[in-house]
Amino acid sequence: MEMKIKGRAIFIGIVLVASLLGIIGFPKNFQELKNNVRNRIRLGLDLKGGTHSVLQVQVEEAVNITADQTLERLKDELKAKSIPYADVAKADDTQVQPPKHRILIKGVPQERVSDLQTLANEQFSDWDLSRVPGDVTGWMLALKTTAAANIRNQALLQAQNTIRNRVDQLGVAEPYISEYGQGDFELVVVLPSVDDPNRVRDIIQSTALLELKLVQDGPYSSRESALAAHGGVLPPDTQLLPGPLGQSGETWYVTNRVAAVTGRDLSGAEPSHDETGRPDVNFTLARDGAARFGRVTSANVGKLLAVVLDNRVYEAATIQTEITDRGRITGGFTPQKVQDLALVLRSGALPATIKPLSDEVVGPSLGADSIRHGVVACIVGFVAIMAFMLIYYRGAGVNADLALVLNLIILMAALGYFDAVLTLPGIAGVILTVGMGVDSNVLIFERIREELRLGKAVGAAVAGGFEHAFVTIIDTHVTTIVSAAILFTFGTGPIRGFAVTLTIGLLANLFTSVFVSRVIFDYVLTRREKGAELSI
Amino acid sequence: MEFFHEPKIDWMGIKWYFIALSLALAITGLISMVFKKGLAYGIDFRGGTVVYVKFSKAPNLDAIRRELDRQNVPGATIQGYGAPSDHEVMIALDLRTTTSSEALDQGRGAIANSLSSLFAQGEAGKLDFNNSSPQTVSDHLVAADPMGLSSKGFDTATKAYRDLADAIINFRNSPPRSGLIADFQELSSVPGVNAGVIATLRSDFYLSSFAVKHTVIVGPKVGKDLRQQALYVTLAGLGAMLIYIWFRFELSYGVAAVVATFHDVIITLGFFSLLNKEITLTVIAALLTLVGYSMNDTIVVFDRIRENVRLSKREDFVGLINRSINQTLSRTILTSGLTFLAVLSLFLFGGEVIHGFSFALVVGVIIGTYSSIFIASPILVFFQKRLPGSVMAARPKSYAREAVPARR
Repeated sequence: MEMKIKGRAIFIGIVLVASLLGIIGFPKNFQELKNNVRNRIRLGLDLKGGTHSVLQVQVEEAVNITADQTLERLKDELKAKSIPYADVAKADDTQVQPPKHRILIKGVPQERVSDLQTLANEQFSDWDLSRVPGDVTGWMLALKTTAAANIRNQALLQAQNTIRNRVDQLGVAEPYISEYGQGDFELVVVLPSVDDPNRVRDIIQSTALLELKLVQDGPYSSRESALAAHGGVLPPDTQLLPGPLGQSGETWYVTNRVAAVTGRDLSGAEPSHDETGRPDVNFTLARDGAARFGRVTSANVGKLLAVVLDNRVYEAATIQTEITDRGRITGGFTPQKVQDLALVLRSGALPATIKPLSDEVVGPSLGADSIRHGVVACIVGFVAIMAFMLIYYRGAGVNADLALVLNLIILMAALGYFDAVLTLPGIAGVILTVGMGVDSNVLIFERIREELRLGKAVGAAVAGGFEHAFVTIIDTHVTTIVSAAILFTFGTGPIRGFAVTLTIGLLANLFTSVFVSRVIFDYVLTRREKGAELSI
Repeated sequence: MEFFHEPKIDWMGIKWYFIALSLALAITGLISMVFKKGLAYGIDFRGGTVVYVKFSKAPNLDAIRRELDRQNVPGATIQGYGAPSDHEVMIALDLRTTTSSEALDQGRGAIANSLSSLFAQGEAGKLDFNNSSPQTVSDHLVAADPMGLSSKGFDTATKAYRDLADAIINFRNSPPRSGLIADFQELSSVPGVNAGVIATLRSDFYLSSFAVKHTVIVGPKVGKDLRQQALYVTLAGLGAMLIYIWFRFELSYGVAAVVATFHDVIITLGFFSLLNKEITLTVIAALLTLVGYSMNDTIVVFDRIRENVRLSKREDFVGLINRSINQTLSRTILTSGLTFLAVLSLFLFGGEVIHGFSFALVVGVIIGTYSSIFIASPILVFFQKRLPGSVMAARPKSYAREAVPARR
């Protein structure tokens, strides 16, 4: 018995020391101790403040992309319907007055005009078809103002969701992202203080538009030589993209304008290593994208395929065989960059580039007064609970209070370990977890008292009390953990944070009330004189 | 020390009073929600106006907060903004207006009024220069005509003063002043400003120590999708709890526990609606806590019922439930009392900012405890008779003499 208690006591000691070290680290002096605690227990926006950035989503780009896609689609449809035309091109954007986005169709024969009108009505309902003044065979598709506004609003919304996803995946807790101002397509992103603000900024603002494109020719050593190779004009439907810096300086590739697959077709992206141990990102494609990619790669074996990220070729490799659902991006990344790239690819591309407008430090949203009040309230609550347990259960109350303090220490250490951010409601939640944690002790003690009332011996009463209460405690805890698991799996942001705190609190509570309290009781029982009453 | 010594209360005998009370509370709350067209969501959910203010010296945020509270400026959050040496403050307001330009004006006005009562050292009849528009300045210049331009005709004079006022305000707004000047003499470096102009300004205006720099509308922190998600996820959580309790107890226990918990959330929300309290993000966190707490409380009672069902095979269900509630009463009151103590301390001393949060918990703890005693058990009896797999349903209502195998 004594040996068993000793072993368990050592285990509890290890947990206590590990938790304490988790909170304070290995400080050499008091100043270092303060710093360690400050670094490990992060305070949220309300207690400490953070950064307040205003970002503008360049929504016009999203409209331009739509216009480009429409242009390609229009050409395909005209060919499919065999409507002859001389030229289809975007009108130059010098016209500032709306409609800004126009596509000019030249040389449609008179007898096919009705077909063109039908096509425009059915397939291009966001666009208005009209005659070009002074050109009998010329037609113009203009993007409707309402449709353009719609695209802009969608882009803003998508950017907001993407940024929120990325921040959530980074594990920065309780960010605050919302629309800012009116009609300027701005977002405000407020984050609690982070270790590496530059990295977070890069992750939030990188567009992360991944495209896999067939290479027509290249690499060239400069933009000029690439153009010269084509007589100054690129072939239709191709574009010139910068590539990685080789040993001989810049590289340039002429690639197809239309991508075989894009980041939208991804189903996953994970950091990994290639055969030589260099960090890379492995990605998998969703079913549609995989089918399309298979068709393109099988038809172009032997050609070069470029991995293009944000309009820059990261890698151009020869297609050896048909590739369907997976691929990888290498390009001399650092392990950190690979992590971040996988993260932004998973969370999807931003619909347009982001222009940072301002980036300022903000103070805590709660005033010194409010923080002081909150802390006082928490301490009062905590002390009141401890005092009550001592008065009501006397000797066993000491036991409960020890378990309670240990519970709090483990909870704090775990919050630090999970990089959870502590906010005032969070602290209040912790105190509430403590309040509920007392419940387990109350259940056990009441049960022991019941057993004693039934006339059982002290040892048997303690054993019986723990045994009976254990079933109840398991059921209550598991029920709550089950619901916390659901909250964590399907929730985002604050809901997830709540689930993490709750689960840690409950697990710590199971440990302290069931295991630690029992060890203390057993110790008290072995030291007790025969026949003495139990102080409970 | 002991509060309760083997109580023998016939809880099930008085159940109808409490079922009636619960129904009354729930229905009152629901009617209030319908009449008020849903719940009052706070700035987290609806967005609001943000006002940026610059001060001439480091402002006392707590004093500003108290003043805004005193003047009932709705839901203001005050934060320091930018470098500490800039003395800038960002005040988020929760305004309910129809148009956004109205909200901007109202926000600017509310802040300017509140702050001027704190910081104004203004003299009667004078205007605050640091918070005046070019139009106001130009009107005063035209009226006083310090440059003697009236001879050139009204339109020319107005135009000249308007341009001068624009230049003056531009000067005031450009760094390093950024909206605040401390002395009218500073304006003498603006081209066209002479001693007369400064004298006019000095006689018509005073210089406050703060300036409202700009106001901006911000969207909600929590979008509609996130709000719906919170609801669905909570419902899914309740579903998962139901399945676990079904697995560990019986289906009827699971249904009763979930209905009782749902009852608690509805009544708590009803109180929020009746008392016109706002739902914020932290209130949502409190409601999630309440769900866990109430479930915990109910399961403790159900656990004892299950145990007694196994042990005593010849007691009728209602009597058995009474006995189980009485046996756990001491624990229920103790735990609830202690949790209530913690929550009450937050409610009383926690300050204005977590008031909603602690209010939800105060109401929640009371309702949660109440429901696990008075509501969950009658519902359990109801469903025992109607749902499959119930051990007690197989027993006769009166004392059964024959042994019924207990469920393992």
